[in-house]
Amino acid sequence: MSEQQEPVTGIEVPIYLKYNFTAGAGPARFLSQVKKGVLTGQRCPRCDQVYIPPRGSCAACGVATEEEVVLSDKATVQSFTIVSIPIPNNPIQPPYIIANLVADGANISFIHLMSECVNEDVRIGQRVQAVWKPEEEWDYAMDNIRYFKPIDEADVPVGQIGKLPVSGWKG
Amino acid sequence: MPESDSESEILNQAFELGYTYTRSTGPVVGRFLTGLRERQVVGNRGSDGRVIVPPMEYDPGTAEALSEFVDVSEEGEVVSWAWVKHPREAHPSDQPFAWAMIRLDGADVPMVHWVQANREADINTGSRVRVRWAEETTGSINDIAGFELV
Repeated sequence: MSEQQEPVTGIEVPIYLKYNFTAGAGPARFLSQVKKGVLTGQRCPRCDQVYIPPRGSCAACGVATEEEVVLSDKATVQSFTIVSIPIPNNPIQPPYIIANLVADGANISFIHLMSECVNEDVRIGQRVQAVWKPEEEWDYAMDNIRYFKPIDEADVPVGQIGKLPVSGWKG
Repeated sequence: MPESDSESEILNQAFELGYTYTRSTGPVVGRFLTGLRERQVVGNRGSDGRVIVPPMEYDPGTAEALSEFVDVSEEGEVVSWAWVKHPREAHPSDQPFAWAMIRLDGADVPMVHWVQANREADINTGSRVRVRWAEETTGSINDIAGFELV
């Protein structure tokens, strides 16, 4: 009845953790603006740091961050990594770049993709700008931005990264 | 898709984190799973002569590698059990069932599996049970699609 088969040497034992994620007040305000194509940070009333994505409070000072700050979709590369190993179920083909980017007007980086770039030329301090999806596809998600691409601006010195005004870099 | 209430903007989203593990089984567990694929439960013999099911890689007493495999029966006896009144999604049955320690005939050590029973009162310590094989066996513990009362 059973045909000759190789002995079992391995098994698949996936584990799936299912969550219902509730954004909370601070992130919900941020995501509602992202849906309109606007990046907003929140400023700490004590230390003046601007957070994006905002969590609703300042991690350093422990106080609520009520003030909303509209940010630029231009940013600076604070750090990055070249991903060479495929991740299961991730449609992006390696090698690709994941970067910590600081938007102009913000003081804290967020993680996003970089593309339309030569991976080997990507560097800390490089200037980039968001490439958005078509407006009709916008949702409550940071992947309304497909990726960031390099722009023709001078690099930001390391000491200046995360300290640029929303008006941008005049370097 | 997230749901939004424009007044309060409470955003909710289902989110699944998956770890797509694969494991190599080694020769002992691999032999056990190969047996299940052929609808045969396999144990092995420890240094004290006891038959252990599922087979162990190393002797529980002496820590020596174990190699003497023994076929055991697909019938056995419930040693202990716990009734699950409200099965959850990850459980093997969507109807109430029993987790049970089952000592198969020819084995000296019970193994954990699940027993199908219509009512809690139908299962007892000492109940005789038999493997219900999956329609298609693949070399997995789920080739035993539970035990049923004999």
